[in-house]
Amino acid sequence: MVKNRILSAGHGINAWLQQRITAVIMLVAIMAFFAFVVIAKLQINANFTSWQQFFHLTFIKIFTQITILAIVVHAWVGMRDLWMDYVKCAGLRVLLHSLTILWLIASLIYSVKILWA
Amino acid sequence: MKQQQRPVYLDLPKIATKMSITAKISILHRISGVLMFLGLPLVLALFHHSLTNETFFANCYSVSSCLVMKLVFIGLIWAIMHHMCAGIRFLLLDIHIGIERNIAQKSARIVIIISLILTAILGVLIW
Repeated sequence: MVKNRILSAGHGINAWLQQRITAVIMLVAIMAFFAFVVIAKLQINANFTSWQQFFHLTFIKIFTQITILAIVVHAWVGMRDLWMDYVKCAGLRVLLHSLTILWLIASLIYSVKILWA
Repeated sequence: MKQQQRPVYLDLPKIATKMSITAKISILHRISGVLMFLGLPLVLALFHHSLTNETFFANCYSVSSCLVMKLVFIGLIWAIMHHMCAGIRFLLLDIHIGIERNIAQKSARIVIIISLILTAILGVLIW
């Protein structure tokens, strides 16, 4: 009973909603990104400097960071669903949950370094 | 008396061919999600290089000369495109658009085709 409570998703509706909200954020981001690439190609003949300057803008940094955060949350919900569906052994599931979290947090920290360092 | 537990034979190739197109979309959504989860640090590293290394940026379209890496990137591009197209379809299903059986099957086929076309276009660009 206790074991189930530790490993369950708790209120599944929260995770379900997080999955959808982060999905929409990523959709907006990917469309904005492609729009930028197309416009940059057509108008200002994008180069390394313009690419760097683009990611130097604070609001672009914040938007990119939010998108990466959305990716991490989305991936967490998705991977956790996967472990819950296919891994029945509680000990192994705890291990896989932990490794998933470590992998995602490491990626998040790396993204902070890339954007803000 | 307790009945002996017999092993269950799962004929996976047969199950796969009998799967409906909507079930295939669903399992491919999971597979592509796992691929991107594993590829996340790699993609971040590419992003990092594109911002710090000018020669890397200049050669961005041919990210790697190694065939295996090219296939890895094309795999990741397919994963993103499939996951995105199938995800849009799932979001529409959530708000009850296209839930009729024949429309759902048709949209599933469209998702597979569009994601393959997008993968082909982007794959040619990075080759």
